[in-house]
Amino acid sequence: MSAELLRVEGLQAWYGATQVLHGLDFDVAAGSVTALLGANGAGKTTTLRALCGMVKTRGAVAYDGRRIDGCATEDIVRLGIAHVPDGRGTFLDLTTEENLRLGGITRGGKRALGPDMERMYGYFPRLKERRAQQAGTLSGGEQQMLAIARALMLKPRLLLLDEPSFGLAPKVVAGIFEILRAINRDEGVAILLVEQNAAMALELADHAYLVETGRIAIRGEAARLRNDEAVRRSYLGY
Amino acid sequence: MDTFLAQFLSGLATGGIYASLALALVMVHQATRLVNFAQGELAMFSTYIAWSLVQAGLPYWPAFALTLAISFAAGIAIDRIVLRPVRGSSALPMVVVFIGLLVILNSVAGWIYSYTVRPFPSPFPSEPLFGQHYISSHDLGAIGVTLAMLVAIYAFFRFTPLGLAMRAAAQNPESARLVGIRVGWMRALGWGLACAIGAAAGMMVAPIVFLDPNMMSGVLLYAFAAALIGGIDNPFGAVFGGFFVGVLENLLGAYVIGQELKLTVALAVIIAVLVVKPSGLFGRTLVRRV
Repeated sequence: MSAELLRVEGLQAWYGATQVLHGLDFDVAAGSVTALLGANGAGKTTTLRALCGMVKTRGAVAYDGRRIDGCATEDIVRLGIAHVPDGRGTFLDLTTEENLRLGGITRGGKRALGPDMERMYGYFPRLKERRAQQAGTLSGGEQQMLAIARALMLKPRLLLLDEPSFGLAPKVVAGIFEILRAINRDEGVAILLVEQNAAMALELADHAYLVETGRIAIRGEAARLRNDEAVRRSYLGY
Repeated sequence: MDTFLAQFLSGLATGGIYASLALALVMVHQATRLVNFAQGELAMFSTYIAWSLVQAGLPYWPAFALTLAISFAAGIAIDRIVLRPVRGSSALPMVVVFIGLLVILNSVAGWIYSYTVRPFPSPFPSEPLFGQHYISSHDLGAIGVTLAMLVAIYAFFRFTPLGLAMRAAAQNPESARLVGIRVGWMRALGWGLACAIGAAAGMMVAPIVFLDPNMMSGVLLYAFAAALIGGIDNPFGAVFGGFFVGVLENLLGAYVIGQELKLTVALAVIIAVLVVKPSGLFGRTLVRRV
């Protein structure tokens, strides 16, 4: 359980000439939930994008003991890292079902994916009702469910989640976090979660890192961070 | 009434050819958001390849199939070699590459094959089929080939995983990469398909307009008009637009403006669409909730 699935050392990243990440070190244990917390603009989204080779980076990223920094995004994904990006990355003109099929497209056609699709509909019954509907017409919460289900269709060992709570009503967010917990438990998939909603994230996570202006400021077990004075005042708001 | 029907059907036949080339334009547009000005010259060059194969003694249909395969491979090669280096930059370098391709292909065709106008064989019998006299066998055959191709393309995009991956790559390249799709290769495939479709259009139109390096310039203009009528992002619209422009051009040519001014129909349609409804008749009206 505690074997490292992802190990990041000295990760730096740039947007054009602007350096956004200044040397991050963190790791994600197999099957665990790890949270990256921090304010807007701290570099959380960039960290996820850097892991998937979507921005210019320097530093070492090892997945399952194998260096993946410098690899093409599609090759990294094919190793079993699924990424629900900022803005969810839904194929808006395609149907719900086509979106799900795309999630598993590297694993085969309709027949091979059938059972997995049914499993996703088990987690998210709403998606089944909407299977033939154009994804752009789904509600925000449904689109977030679709994004998570699409990512899981890859059968990943690591799921990168960028702000699953963004723009959603608290009740919807609670439901989604509940399902994430079940997915982590039942599918054995490790989750690296980026969140502004620190309270929700710390409740789900085993470990957490606090990112401030492109650096790791605080690290530790989620339970410990929940009680950390500074974290509580700045990010939990009590 | 008989003449009218004959004109209408012959319009459908040329319309099918415009529809094919318009479909090729739409396919490249979906991958690049740009109009490929060289699409007509690519089709012309493919038709010369077919002509060479037939001259070398190959029967028509094997030559047809081989030409499609060569054009498909050439389309992929052009994308990987010529377009990949300028991709991601602004639109202008890509447009310059398109125009460069147009000029080069035209000149190379003239250099190899000379600018002499040549007849191109039709695979269909010279007397009308089924004893009727409304439509020539070639026109009927061209409609058949067009429709068969359209059905095949539709089935490919609608029912195969590769077709789905290509649609995803065209629509949202970043998300496509995040599900593991090799977006660059999907674009190259799109180019290959567009070139193969164009090749079929060239081989169907050549018996009518005859073979010379400038044979496609008029056809391309009609295809632009067709693609614009249908909405440049809509394959079905492009096909409808193709048939519509073909029939319109033929009827106007026969009854209203005469054969010499037919090409102005295309220009008039292009301008009218751009002024009145730039998104075309079937331009996408996507419902989106935020």
